[in-house]
Amino acid sequence: MMSLHTILFYLMAALILGGGIMAVISRKIFRAAVYLLFSLIGIAGLYFWMEYEFLAAVQIIVYVGGIVVLIIFSIFLTQTSSLDMPKPNLNRRLFAGLAMLSGLLLTITLILQHSFIPSLDPVQEVNVSSIGLKLLSVHEGGYALPFEVVSVLLLAAMIGCIAIAIKSPAQK
Amino acid sequence: MNQIGLTHFLILSTSLFFIGVYGFLTRRNLIVMLMSVELLLNSVNINFLAFNKYLYPGKMDGIFFSIFIITIAAAEAAVAIAIIINLYRRHKSIDVEDAEALKD
Repeated sequence: MMSLHTILFYLMAALILGGGIMAVISRKIFRAAVYLLFSLIGIAGLYFWMEYEFLAAVQIIVYVGGIVVLIIFSIFLTQTSSLDMPKPNLNRRLFAGLAMLSGLLLTITLILQHSFIPSLDPVQEVNVSSIGLKLLSVHEGGYALPFEVVSVLLLAAMIGCIAIAIKSPAQK
Repeated sequence: MNQIGLTHFLILSTSLFFIGVYGFLTRRNLIVMLMSVELLLNSVNINFLAFNKYLYPGKMDGIFFSIFIITIAAAEAAVAIAIIINLYRRHKSIDVEDAEALKD
């Protein structure tokens, strides 16, 4: 008899994989975006299942609330959603499917052959305060430098977006 | 099979990764390709968190890697969509086959 915990994992895995497959093969681009949304929500559920509540919240805020909404906006801006996307030609699907299946089989065989030894270390409690303290710590094992670098990256990306998307006076 | 272990997570994330690879290789629409890249990044995130939970429960490194990957994914999506919209303005199409010349 499977416990509820186990059933929940399989439900979420089905949601993630089903959403992912439909997002990739659906020919209506708007539906593909909605399937991607379900897949990302499933991943957030998986983080809750692993008891990483902060990461699950970040996943929902950034991906579901940010990136998918951005993608849906750009779909509205760039095309008529009623039109089907052209079907990819058979050759391309065949070779992509072959590459995908061989890679998948190889990786899964490697995973199944390797025996992972679960660690018995004491579990470090992960909550917002421990993450925040570690993120700003400049001592050993702290993440202050990557934090600053990623802040600069975000600023650069923001300026880059404005520079790319802005209309030059000649275009107006 | 009843006890969920690291192997379950690794097989799940591998499947998700190769679904993303399939989408990236078959689709010619830039927005769908961007969505496939998001699937790839998410599968890597699942891996980091599962390794952190099962192999290094006393550390938090996997969590920080996931946080940084999420940040970089957000920046990447924003820049990619700015480029896609600019491309659409010039060529009236977001098919990669039509996007041979990025510079005018």
